[in-house]
Amino acid sequence: MEEYEKTGVVTLDYLEKLGNVPSEERLKKGPVAMTECIQDIPCNPCAEVCPVKAIEMPEINHRPIVHFDKCIGCTLCMQVCPGLAIVMLDKSKEKPRLTIPYELLPMPERGDTVVLIDREGNDIGEGKVVALFFPDKKYQSALVTVEVDDDRLLYEARNLRVVN
Amino acid sequence: MTDLRIHRHPILKYVRGNPLKFYFEGEERTGYENETIGAALYATGLKEFSHSFKLDRPRGIFCAIGQCASCRMRVNGVPNVRTCITPLEEGMTVERQFGAGEKPTNTEVRKTFKKELEADIAIVGGGPAGLSAAIYAAKFGARVVLVDRFPKLGGQLIKQTHKFFGSRKHDAGVRGIDIAERLIKQVEENPNIMVLSEAEAFGYYEPATIAVAGKDTIYRINAKKIIMATGAAEKALLFENNDLPGVYGAGAAQTLMNTYGVKPGDEIIMVGAGNVGVIVTYQLLQAGVKVKMIVEAMPKIGAYFVHAAKVRRMGVPILTRHSILRAYGENQVEGATIVQLDDNWQPIPGTEKDVEVDGIAISVGLRPTYGLLDQAGVKIQFVPELGGHVALRNRNLETSVKNIYVAGDIAGIEEASTAIMEGRIAGLSAVIDMGLAGDDAKELRESVRAELTELRAGPFGARIRQGLEKVEVL
Repeated sequence: MEEYEKTGVVTLDYLEKLGNVPSEERLKKGPVAMTECIQDIPCNPCAEVCPVKAIEMPEINHRPIVHFDKCIGCTLCMQVCPGLAIVMLDKSKEKPRLTIPYELLPMPERGDTVVLIDREGNDIGEGKVVALFFPDKKYQSALVTVEVDDDRLLYEARNLRVVN
Repeated sequence: MTDLRIHRHPILKYVRGNPLKFYFEGEERTGYENETIGAALYATGLKEFSHSFKLDRPRGIFCAIGQCASCRMRVNGVPNVRTCITPLEEGMTVERQFGAGEKPTNTEVRKTFKKELEADIAIVGGGPAGLSAAIYAAKFGARVVLVDRFPKLGGQLIKQTHKFFGSRKHDAGVRGIDIAERLIKQVEENPNIMVLSEAEAFGYYEPATIAVAGKDTIYRINAKKIIMATGAAEKALLFENNDLPGVYGAGAAQTLMNTYGVKPGDEIIMVGAGNVGVIVTYQLLQAGVKVKMIVEAMPKIGAYFVHAAKVRRMGVPILTRHSILRAYGENQVEGATIVQLDDNWQPIPGTEKDVEVDGIAISVGLRPTYGLLDQAGVKIQFVPELGGHVALRNRNLETSVKNIYVAGDIAGIEEASTAIMEGRIAGLSAVIDMGLAGDDAKELRESVRAELTELRAGPFGARIRQGLEKVEVL
């Protein structure tokens, strides 16, 4: 039994071993998708929707493998992923940027400073909201892009909280 | 007065109609159009809905979908009304009843009529399987009567706010509520399909007739084929005080918050970390309910990792090898005592811990609702891999009683996407077998079957595949 099956939390080490973590060099070129979908489950819209065929999934029950060199960071896979298991990382701008899917209230606003939370629900830092994208006009769920000071947050922060 | 209604939600926009005044045991309360009596009572703070027959123990809402007996009340003088599925009306008088309830005092309140209907296909159940069966059968010209227990079609799909898995062709990435909306629209706009809502199928007669109790009419539907798509019920769990108001199925919590916009509680513990438990936990958090923890008796989380990860990063602990020992509280849940289990599933003494909560949501699996099949004499077998008692059938989903087909959770507990595909197969099989459709329908059925096989092919489909081997034997 894998540890994540017991805890519901995957470690960065484990993701690295799976080859799910894009390189520093790649991040400097622009936004890229990082998937945290690690089981063979019957689901493939990310691969279907990718306009550049950067997500490899020979069969629907395989886990996605992102070819980081092909990925153009368009976020389409994030928008469609029912597991909310894809984030975007970017180090091509002045400060590192992280984009995460968010389906909770209150919804942050551009310019807000938000608390960033890790995979276990712990507060681990802060980020500044630089972009909000609402894929489906009907809903309030969003892709939230935050700017961070610490690189580590790109790899460890996976949730956020609006502070009043 | 207490108001547990949710007014802002990240995904849902609640459509409440006009306010309706009603009287609960003489006291005026306010509900809304589109609410059931049960939802309106729960929203205004009622926890004790009834009392048990023998020991007079308080009971609260448990299933919220008309399957258990704990919300039955006397409404406008009529006893045993399932308040959780009965729409609220202006001026209703609602009272709790004791025991089996007294006879109606006012015999005028229930005048009933009789009506006979002819159809090619009668479908029982308006969830994803029943709707899909109706759409695919009507596509080939069959005249369909669809019988559904609820005020609104869609079964449990109308409360699934999360995005679905699968492939784009099967609406992966689309929320369950949107899939439901589309299926319902297709059914309601189809002139070949007649829908009987708030109608309960209660009897089968040879060769293909079903008896149905509607609001004020008893129907006899003479069909050529019957598709049973009655879905499933939540399993209960044995522990001390498991009948205390505030102990409810995870699905009931989901119905209250996502269908009616009513918060089931403020602080909840979830029992069971399968997909339902974890998904409902996420939805509880979205509705502003605090979920203190999820306990799971198994050594590992049953849900897909991605679902579990969502609630973990929102700060909800998942304790595997833990279970609930007892619920406590005066007439309603005030807390749960949890305990760690050893490798033989036995509680480890000294590990008991009290958790203060006002709700205990149970998600320990579903079981097929097979009552009508049993009454019809269909061969049934207990298959744990499929969740309980299911019908033996052939590949076309026809059972041992000719003319009766099954589709969806009644045929084995799976997911809405597989229920939709089974519904299509059953609908197509019915029209093929009655000679309404030919090779094009057969080709379509083959392609649906291929997609279904593909979805079940992975490691998470292994149990289902084992179960199907035992029942697809005719």
